[in-house]
Amino acid sequence: MDVSVKWLSELLGTELDPQEVAHRLTMLGAPVDEIEPVHHELNDVVMVGVERVEKHPNADRLSLCHVNNGKDVLKVVCGATNVTPGKTYPFAPVGAVLPGGVKLTARKIRGVASQGMLCSAIELGIGTDADGILEVDTDAPPGTPLLEVLPLGDSRLVLEVTANRPDLLCHKGVARDLGAVIGSPVKLTPVPGAPNETLAPERVDKRGAVAGVEVVIEDVEGCPRYMAAVICGVKVAPSPMWLEARLLAIGQRPINNVVDATNYVLFELNQPMHAFDLHKLGGPEIIVRRAHDGERMVTLDGEGRTLTSEMTAICDADGATAIAGVMGGRDSEVSESTTDMVLECAYFDPKRIRNTRTVLKMSTEASYRFERGTDIQGMPEAIRRAVALIIAVAGGTEDGPPVDVYPEPRQTTTVFLRPKRVEHLLGLAIPKDEIEGGLTSLGFTVAPKDDRLAVQVPGWRPDVSREEDLVEEIARLRGYDSFPVEMRPFRPSNVPDEPLEFVKARVRRVLTGLGLHQAHSLSLGPRRGEAALQIVNPLSADEAYLRTDLISGLVEAVEYNWSVRERDVRLFEMGTVFRAGETVGLPSEQLRVTGVISGARRPPHWSEPGKSIDFDLWDVKCLFEEACRAGGPEGTIDATDGKWVLRDTNGAVRGWAGEVTADRPAWAARVYGFEVGLEDRGRRWVRFEPLPATPPLERDLALILPKGVGAAQVEEVLARAGGELLESATLFDEYRSQTVSGRSVGWRLVFRAPNRTLRDREVDRVLTKMLATLEEQMGVTRRAT
Amino acid sequence: MSQTSPNDPLAAVAAALQEISEANAARLAELKVELLGRKAGRLTQVLRSLAQRPPDDRRAIGQRANALKSEIESAIESREIELKDVGSAPDAVDWTMPGRPGWRGAVHPVDAVVDEICDIFRELGFTRVTGPEAETEAYNFTKLNIPLDHPAADAFNSFYLGPGIVLRSHTSPMQARTMEQYDPPIRIVVPGLAYRRDAFDASHAPVFEQLEGLVVDEGVTFVDFKAGIDFFVKRFFTADTAVRFRPSFFPFTEPSAEVDVQCQMCMGSGCATCKGTGYMEIMGAGMVHPAVFEHCGIDPERYTGYAFGMGPLRITMLRYGIPDIRLLFQNDMRFLGQFLE
Repeated sequence: MDVSVKWLSELLGTELDPQEVAHRLTMLGAPVDEIEPVHHELNDVVMVGVERVEKHPNADRLSLCHVNNGKDVLKVVCGATNVTPGKTYPFAPVGAVLPGGVKLTARKIRGVASQGMLCSAIELGIGTDADGILEVDTDAPPGTPLLEVLPLGDSRLVLEVTANRPDLLCHKGVARDLGAVIGSPVKLTPVPGAPNETLAPERVDKRGAVAGVEVVIEDVEGCPRYMAAVICGVKVAPSPMWLEARLLAIGQRPINNVVDATNYVLFELNQPMHAFDLHKLGGPEIIVRRAHDGERMVTLDGEGRTLTSEMTAICDADGATAIAGVMGGRDSEVSESTTDMVLECAYFDPKRIRNTRTVLKMSTEASYRFERGTDIQGMPEAIRRAVALIIAVAGGTEDGPPVDVYPEPRQTTTVFLRPKRVEHLLGLAIPKDEIEGGLTSLGFTVAPKDDRLAVQVPGWRPDVSREEDLVEEIARLRGYDSFPVEMRPFRPSNVPDEPLEFVKARVRRVLTGLGLHQAHSLSLGPRRGEAALQIVNPLSADEAYLRTDLISGLVEAVEYNWSVRERDVRLFEMGTVFRAGETVGLPSEQLRVTGVISGARRPPHWSEPGKSIDFDLWDVKCLFEEACRAGGPEGTIDATDGKWVLRDTNGAVRGWAGEVTADRPAWAARVYGFEVGLEDRGRRWVRFEPLPATPPLERDLALILPKGVGAAQVEEVLARAGGELLESATLFDEYRSQTVSGRSVGWRLVFRAPNRTLRDREVDRVLTKMLATLEEQMGVTRRAT
Repeated sequence: MSQTSPNDPLAAVAAALQEISEANAARLAELKVELLGRKAGRLTQVLRSLAQRPPDDRRAIGQRANALKSEIESAIESREIELKDVGSAPDAVDWTMPGRPGWRGAVHPVDAVVDEICDIFRELGFTRVTGPEAETEAYNFTKLNIPLDHPAADAFNSFYLGPGIVLRSHTSPMQARTMEQYDPPIRIVVPGLAYRRDAFDASHAPVFEQLEGLVVDEGVTFVDFKAGIDFFVKRFFTADTAVRFRPSFFPFTEPSAEVDVQCQMCMGSGCATCKGTGYMEIMGAGMVHPAVFEHCGIDPERYTGYAFGMGPLRITMLRYGIPDIRLLFQNDMRFLGQFLE
């Protein structure tokens, strides 16, 4: 919402400072995003007196004007025909910059040098009149800046208005809030040339007439109140400059005096209005009804529209002629030939308008306001204001009092406020006087009732419906900053922490410790796999599905890193994957961790020159094991060909690790990855093991493993046969030779007895047992040394 | 180390171990000959002289001498390696050469910020909970007093998965879920992803981190709310950071507030980031709307509370001076590596 500071100043009867207004409004809940000076570009324009006008020597349609700027007499070439000696006009000297950013340069026009330019209203950006140079009636001496002669200087505030405050979509509403804190009441200013009195609308139940125009509401739900006034004998023309300037100051384009007048009321009182040409209305009558499904009409913007029965239409005897609250129709539009007009002032149901404009995919100044809720009580004031304005700027007379079709007049909302509740919520006792005074200054009517206050809510505040809404008003007027910052005692939360958050933190510590950076990918993407959940209203096909795995995102990240010539990539990510739920309802979500590694196993160092060693499958296996240990479910890791899977205790696959495919340039290394579902396994504390006090005995054992025997199987046997004396078995070597069938694998075994020094003989006995079992069960023998 | 006694022939030899560990290359070569030399080495002599000893002594000394011999050999060997590494002339070593690195991993800056925020609130007794990313309209909107047919719903701009099912447009649904499940006192923070139909550009992402907070108990007031938020801001930024509360509108709070902090770019003097105001918005907040309590089965006459929501992505960008939100999702090793601790 663009606001003119000058307009606000008029409404409050006091000169306002733009910075001050911006600060106050921000602290009242309507932040000002920008403060833009209006017409500051006219600073260079001065008033000049024309002394003499002569014909241009080389051009029939141009004249040469001698103008006095208070210091010199300058020669100016001019194309307009209305320049008259003895009158005063705005003049832009060479070097001035006019609206639109054009800088005037000294140049010759048809052989005669022009020392500047006499300006029309459109050239100055203060009106739409392009026909002649703007004649200004002033006593100011030549050389006086234009902005001192015409009261055009203004500041435009770009106001952010929250969805609950339709009243701040107009100057009166903004001025009211501001007035409540600076202590000035709001008063509409008289319009120059307006009649002293306008006629009060006359209320009827369901149908009525004004100047022979029948008005009836059939759709009371969609349109609870409809007023119409008839003004005869208007002359449609451009608006006077003050009105054009006012609209331009808030960024609105002037159209003609009638439309501009209704727009003025829109921005003054937040009441959208519409003007029909009386003679283009069939009947003449106005029927407010639901549109018929498939009913068609052409709107003001020239578009053909198809209506539905969920919309309200304004109809004449021939059919729909406007879409209620959204846009008027082309066929009944006010044009230059209009002499008699019908002025509509209505209240439309916000939900109906919201639905209509959503279906039609259009939003207008009117629909924006109606869907937020206009002031149904304020309509009589608004229509009288609009009638007065139209008569002032377009002439004509009111043909009888406006008709006010209002089938079920609404009661004012009353909200009861307990001063105790104010303190209960705000934590501060607010004096009753302050509460009453504050609410009254915002337009609420306050009456004490028992120990409560009965507060009547004005029609422009549809957002206030319960006690707490009033509490906010009180806090807002007092200023949020006036409340103390005081830490008072509190009780700790009754809600337990989410255990998976601890799991995530642990996995993150482990994986960053192992050298992987944490990544974040978008959880939306293209379709990957049958089970992917589709978004009904995606932004693009590339982001139309929810991810079913995490690894795809990291493979993309690896490829991205390759594209910026990063060869060494080590990433992990934790996030949610989605699958359709088993029944109707919410999909199933699972938290997982994934990781990828590619490139050098260690950063290069000068002491180890030559080609560095890249990651391989064994690196990812370890990462996978660590990730499973830190955050995976209980289970076992099984090897399949070139890949490992984690099976939980039910045998279900819950994770995997292995090589992954990527779009790999020749210089890049292979990519290995893993993914594991995260699970809370309860809080796990390390159980302290007493440190051994006895010495260990170490033995290296080289075994020949026949084909098909795995190291893990051997280790099982070693553990079993080693019993309590075997402290650890570490696989440290694998050797495949041409001469030996199978492969030779070496373990370092550490034996220890907790309470005594082991003797060689004991260990030899255990070793013998181990070897016997190994040979018997899997044909594993000791390698001959 | 071997045991020695004053009249022990091995004692002097054992004493040489200390000298070996400190010897320079030249002395080490001498010591090697002196101790282990095949002809005149001291240890060799001890072994040779064994024949003249009584049989009992012979065995004991012999065993010890052999142990000592291998000890001396390995001491000489390791000293030789040390000397070789360092170089025979210490001046020749370039001590400015880089040390031997290993890979290190960095926590994503957004996670670091989320953790820091949650940890600060933990000091105020908040626990940390999470909830589903796909939600029903009831939890995402209606229980939070957001009517779907009001313009207030426009801000949420949700993705739909089906009739009545949305990708949550904020983490606030956990307010309702928590209030339905637990009795007050409730003090929670809820980090997590939220989704809105915003095109992916420099300052918007369709998927973003949100962090919600909720306090419900008897006697919680606007003063407690201000104190809680002020505590957080001063911990997260600096103790002298200015905080500003101004009225705003959210369907689920009443009174509602927008919280501004002193601009971290210009420290309040006014710059392009804060549009010259000296402040930047960091969260929406307010006292819990009584309608929300009613929808979640909590008596609004007995309990009051406050709630807040903030965008850790934006806060991360402000904190680290990151100009484009897409950098946070690009997973560029060079970017992530900047956040190594």
